[in-house]
Amino acid sequence: MQRIRLRYTKRGRLRFTSHRDFQRAFERALRRSAVPMAYSAGFTPHPKVSYANAAPTGVGSEAEYLEIGLADVRDPEALRAQLDESLPDGLDIIDAVEVRTPNFVERLEASLWEVRLPGVSEQQAAHAIELFLAAESVEVERQTKNGLRVFDARGAVASLTLVPSQVDVAPVGEYSATSDVRTGDGCAILRLVVRHATPAVRPDDVLSGLRSTADLAPPVPAEVTRLAQGPLDEETGTVTDPLALDRAAAQAVPSETAEPQAVASA
Amino acid sequence: MTVESVFPRLEALLPHVQKPIQYVGGELNSTVKDWDACDVRWALMYPDAYEVGLPNQGVMILYEVLNEREGVLAERTYSVWPDLEALMREHRVPQFTVDAHRPVKAFDVFGLSFSTELGYTNMLTALDLAGIPLEAADRTIDDPIVLAGGHAAFNPEPIADFIDCAVVGDGEQAVLDITEIIRAWKAEGRPGGRDELLLRLARTGGVYVPKFYDVEYLPDGRIGRVVPNAPGVPWRVSKHTVMDLDEWPYPKQPLVPLAETVHERMSVEIFRGCTRGCRFCQAGMITRPVRERSITGIGEMVERGLKATGFEEVGLLSLSSADHTEIGEIAKGLADRYTDDKIGLSLPSTRVDAFNIDLANELTRNGRRSGLTFAPEGGSERIRKVINKMVSEEDLIRTVAAAYGNGWRQVKLYFMVGLPTETDEDVLQIAEMAKNVIQKGREVTGQNDIRCTVSIGGFVPKPHTPFQWSPQLSAEATDARLGKLRDAIRNDRKYGKNIGFRYHDGKPGIVEGLLSRGDRRTGKIIRAVYEDGGRFDGWREHFSYDRWMRAAEKGLAGTGVDVEWYTTRERAYEEVLPWDHLDSGLDKDWLWEDWQDALEEVEVDDCRWTPCFDCGVCPQMDTQIQIGPTGVKLLPLTVVK
Repeated sequence: MQRIRLRYTKRGRLRFTSHRDFQRAFERALRRSAVPMAYSAGFTPHPKVSYANAAPTGVGSEAEYLEIGLADVRDPEALRAQLDESLPDGLDIIDAVEVRTPNFVERLEASLWEVRLPGVSEQQAAHAIELFLAAESVEVERQTKNGLRVFDARGAVASLTLVPSQVDVAPVGEYSATSDVRTGDGCAILRLVVRHATPAVRPDDVLSGLRSTADLAPPVPAEVTRLAQGPLDEETGTVTDPLALDRAAAQAVPSETAEPQAVASA
Repeated sequence: MTVESVFPRLEALLPHVQKPIQYVGGELNSTVKDWDACDVRWALMYPDAYEVGLPNQGVMILYEVLNEREGVLAERTYSVWPDLEALMREHRVPQFTVDAHRPVKAFDVFGLSFSTELGYTNMLTALDLAGIPLEAADRTIDDPIVLAGGHAAFNPEPIADFIDCAVVGDGEQAVLDITEIIRAWKAEGRPGGRDELLLRLARTGGVYVPKFYDVEYLPDGRIGRVVPNAPGVPWRVSKHTVMDLDEWPYPKQPLVPLAETVHERMSVEIFRGCTRGCRFCQAGMITRPVRERSITGIGEMVERGLKATGFEEVGLLSLSSADHTEIGEIAKGLADRYTDDKIGLSLPSTRVDAFNIDLANELTRNGRRSGLTFAPEGGSERIRKVINKMVSEEDLIRTVAAAYGNGWRQVKLYFMVGLPTETDEDVLQIAEMAKNVIQKGREVTGQNDIRCTVSIGGFVPKPHTPFQWSPQLSAEATDARLGKLRDAIRNDRKYGKNIGFRYHDGKPGIVEGLLSRGDRRTGKIIRAVYEDGGRFDGWREHFSYDRWMRAAEKGLAGTGVDVEWYTTRERAYEEVLPWDHLDSGLDKDWLWEDWQDALEEVEVDDCRWTPCFDCGVCPQMDTQIQIGPTGVKLLPLTVVK
């Protein structure tokens, strides 16, 4: 069985897709594009797909990951293009590598988030960031299935910075550019690196923390996008590509997929 | 005039609502056309939540039929849940389409498909959110034409104040004809305003415009007569019938949503109409004659639809799917074709006979055999004669034995309570039948662990059926009868534990009955309920019987009639019924004879296999039944790589 790791996005209005919704859409796309899926054994066989660490509903993402098992060998790039074509715009498959290394989920150590705060000025945001980072710990509350939970949102934050306005930040999805129009005021943009810990600290927990430490209360909902997730370089505070190891291994020892045509017709 | 998307304003509200994905559109196979390149624009609504409305075949078909035409666009809109409704009111976001998020008010036509009367309050919510006046009389040239269709539109009188027009019957050709009339009127510079357009539509004889008909009442509250009040408007409005379903292979590109919906499958309508003649069944009466899609037409739709959607299950839809003349070949052919692709096949509506077990076996060749559903509808042989559901207890037991013998472990039986002439004795027979089913199952399998679920719905008399004159059983009497049946099942030591019992109380049925056989005076009730906060009346958690009764008292004040008058009262032969001027093709005298036959427990055959029994549809509508067999088989598909 050949296994392929895919990186996909949730862009623009399709960021409101829940993880369950995405799973259904993805499995239908597999059928439409006739990908030779490997199926689980048992009474009701399911295609072999495993998902890692999905972003919350309503949050955009440039860096979601999943892994599929194939009954037949395919060229990863050709497969990526085929699947991407079959999914709606916004749910885009943007990278594919053949699996060569184990323990992928453990490699997803941290996420880089972009948080756009329409109606919040840069001065307000900078002040709040300063207070938040100066705190040893910032207790926040979140309503979970098991009731109200109180935990520290500060410890997991590896970095939190303001993106200076002179830097032209390319809008990520088709609708992201509209956010500034809504308020007419400024729009502070934060970059946030959060370690994947238990309990998970999400961008909205950090926003709760900014509210409690610095009274930062955005007038409209923040627009949050995951820009990357992967190994965390503690020195620089950057999140690196989790597919790099597989890619390097594939370049060192190309598989039989180097001749996809020959394999397919055999 | 370019119309702006409301999405940027809606987007800010979405993080605060449940299941936001249902409001963003972007479904696979959905269409967004250039607004300015089209001159006739339809907003189509299924007035219920997205999860129920999206899979609706009627809306999906018309959406595609319209969008295929050059210069015509159609977009969809659904009822928003109360959480979003509140935010939309607060932030002044109007009712929008999910395709391009255009405001509904900007369209030429706002078409609503009513499968059930319980969607009426949702129509008022949508109109109000759209900024369209609730009453047709208050609308101006800037408002869309509000058009009702679907089965409930066969009696549009309760919503006559709120709609501009109604179309009864099949919509495929009708929407195209209406489109042409609107296009011509707009091209001429909209002469005569709304009234001229409505008049042109009414004069076709196929579009009902309530404002061109006056209803006169007798002193006792009954209707005296319904009279056209404008020149050239016909006395009766005809239903539309599409002949040759193979010419209308829609939906070709079924919509595939991202959100979860009530039907996670692709559907192919294998025939339209039904001539079984079950007297309670409005669908069977108003969709005559029977028109089959050919076996090859079905094969092509399944193949094309699966490629376009990626669904794992295909439902073969109709009012009684096992009645297709070539259903055996269809089931076998499809099962052969899709065995390796792990595609499941289902027949949603089937009758009670052993042939069905063979079919069910074929359809589940590789899958699991969990439960089978049958609908004897009536508990006693006598009541089944009254309703013309021709199935004997012997048939049922034989069928059930075959099912259990083939590995099925659970049988679900569907019944109605409150049928005309029904007594406690008829209903208590349901318990006996369930016991006999379990008894037989134990006998055939040698196991004690056999389940039978009895599911009961309350009977509501419907327009255009032989039971349109029948009294409806009151909510109290319905509940009392259900209570006796429940006790009879629960108290049975030998079988009681193996029988599941599902039922609804009688109250929602009374409201449905009020709206089904209501007239223009009932519109006041609907409006009062809406203004009192009534929404999503088809949902138990939103429905309030008390709210409806309060509104009825207010709305009917001074009319001399009340809820009982509309529901539990028996009508006489001479009474003018509110829907008599809408022509379903059924001869009213034939319906009356069939009602008399029902009371005398006389059954009537199916005209597919026996001579015509003169229901009137074919001569009246110039149609005929279209059935096979064609003798063609589905060939295996060759795999092209």
